[in-house]
Amino acid sequence: MPERLVVNTAVLLDGYRKMVLVRRFEEHAERSFRRGKIGGYLHLYTGQEAVATGVLAAAREDDVVFTGYRDHAHALLRGTDPNKVMAELYGKRTGVCRGKGGSMHLIDVARAFYGGYGIVGGHLPLAVGAAYALRAHGTDRVCLCFLGDGAMNTGAFHEAANLAGLWGREGLCPVVFIVENNQYGMGTSVPRASANPDLASRFDAYAIPRERCDGMDLEVVYEAARRIVAEVRRGGRPHAVEAVTYRFAAHGAADLFQPYRTKDEIETWRKRDPILLAEQRLRAAGLLDDAQAAEIAAWADRTVADAAAFADSSPPPPPEDLLTDVYGTPAGGEAAPRAPSEG
Amino acid sequence: MAEKRFIDAIHDALHEEMARDERVIVLGEDVGRKGGVFGVTEGLYEQFGEARVLDTPLAESMIIGVSIGMAVGGLIPVPEIQFADFIHPAFDQIVSEAARLRYRSCNDFGCPMTIRVPFGGGVHGALYHSQSIEAFYAHVPGLKVVVPYTPADAKGLLKSAIRDPDPVLYLEHKKMYRMVRGEVPAAGDHTVPIGPAVVRRTGRDLSIFAYGLMVHEALQAATVLSAEGIEADVVDVRTLRPLDTQTILGSVQRTSRALIVHEDNRFGGFGAEIAATIAEEGFRYLDAPPTRLCGPDVPAVPFSPPLEDWFMVDAEKIAAAARRLVAY
Repeated sequence: MPERLVVNTAVLLDGYRKMVLVRRFEEHAERSFRRGKIGGYLHLYTGQEAVATGVLAAAREDDVVFTGYRDHAHALLRGTDPNKVMAELYGKRTGVCRGKGGSMHLIDVARAFYGGYGIVGGHLPLAVGAAYALRAHGTDRVCLCFLGDGAMNTGAFHEAANLAGLWGREGLCPVVFIVENNQYGMGTSVPRASANPDLASRFDAYAIPRERCDGMDLEVVYEAARRIVAEVRRGGRPHAVEAVTYRFAAHGAADLFQPYRTKDEIETWRKRDPILLAEQRLRAAGLLDDAQAAEIAAWADRTVADAAAFADSSPPPPPEDLLTDVYGTPAGGEAAPRAPSEG
Repeated sequence: MAEKRFIDAIHDALHEEMARDERVIVLGEDVGRKGGVFGVTEGLYEQFGEARVLDTPLAESMIIGVSIGMAVGGLIPVPEIQFADFIHPAFDQIVSEAARLRYRSCNDFGCPMTIRVPFGGGVHGALYHSQSIEAFYAHVPGLKVVVPYTPADAKGLLKSAIRDPDPVLYLEHKKMYRMVRGEVPAAGDHTVPIGPAVVRRTGRDLSIFAYGLMVHEALQAATVLSAEGIEADVVDVRTLRPLDTQTILGSVQRTSRALIVHEDNRFGGFGAEIAATIAEEGFRYLDAPPTRLCGPDVPAVPFSPPLEDWFMVDAEKIAAAARRLVAY
């Protein structure tokens, strides 16, 4: 039984609801993938829910969010309509990117969700530039940049962190790096990929304050994020947190046999399921009973079922959508792009 | 009108756009206190301050990635890549992120960014300071690519690029900085639209298509040819993407012969796109095959002056190719 006190009952209860929704959403997405309703590649957030849920609960709605390709949860937690997220996974016109993005490339500018990015580490310099822009415009918004342990080994990470540290000295770079260390970059474990597996310590090289937290514990993540976000908002200096977490799902839906890890390891981590932990704590504090838990589960299932029905019944994008939104000026000033049939 | 050097025209455009719109930001290696390795950004740091003229660490991928982030954050970045040869680490950011943002966000995001890139050989820069890179980027939908030749275009196209809602690669041939001079409208807001090519010289016997420094060489060749009774139509393509196929085809219709010139090597080069366009859409005008005159297919511009001279396309080589084409 967790010993921690419930420090913010509203946050914990709301976070629990959201984590249940994310879990059910992902589970449904996987079923839809197996049934052929979702094609391509699908990367689930199952197991990591406490990280994005805790961080985004601590942020303001106008704070800017960037993440990698495991991005369904970030969109849902930003308030993007689950119908539109599911429809995007299904490749439908009603999707949040009208079917152009798909699972790994959700984006919802209106909710300051600046996107999931499919090139690992590719979004890191974008987040630093966006953070600079927030300050240049005189706002106190901050930029929340999620990344995985795999991205820590890209050149983009080191280049972006160096610049963030530099600009941070002048208070010009309000960015929070949230390293979601789920132990594996695809099938390669952190110690097999990183010469120094102490990922958080790498920020020392760039004069960025850093810490590590239990990424399975919603309250711990929330408390860390609340403090860090407030500090970054105040000072305009970057800050990093490594949330130690675990993905229960395969890397991608096609990663069936997972020879790189054992069932025992997965089971051990499952005992620290973030939803389970939150539920135990809520029950211990008398904030959740069986009926309420069932009601939350039913709400999540209903929301996901509605989203799936919406996605299922939505039309595919029309062929002409293929050619739109290439340039901001009409067709870039040139003749419209040729349709495939025109060769 | 005032006579300006090519480099001054670029500087003036930056200065005017920064004064006109405080969202415009210049960043890159040594663009601030030093004023740029070629001196293009001299004085901007002093005038606009370090918040808008940013010296960055040496890391091109980061320079472009951060610029993209600034652009989606509502600024208008004008990053400088010190030499075109150094742009390759940023290829991923330009192609995978900048070019795709509008498409993937269904027009909710754009990426108004102008990447200034000094390029080209003929300055003894050797393997890593001489390259032409236009073919890589002109290939990518979502990007625009411009290559000015006159100082007036250098200024006007840069101002248009900075105001453009899309990512623009602005390629400036570094041999032209202090070599090419020309009249630039002094008064008013001088812009040149991205897109239209321009006919620099009219002639009936063949069309020469070129951009950047090669327009200079083509015009010199045309003067020599004229003395021999061959009149060349010289088209300054100046925007590679979007490509002004109408002006290109119009010229071929007048001359029935097309010579396409660039400094970049031939195989898969931008000239192939012009040649293919003429072959597909202007076949009926042709009396001879569309012909390319390009840098040789070697992996880099070599150092030794005679080797570099053999590499570079110049007026003499253009005139010789033109004579062969007219005799076809």
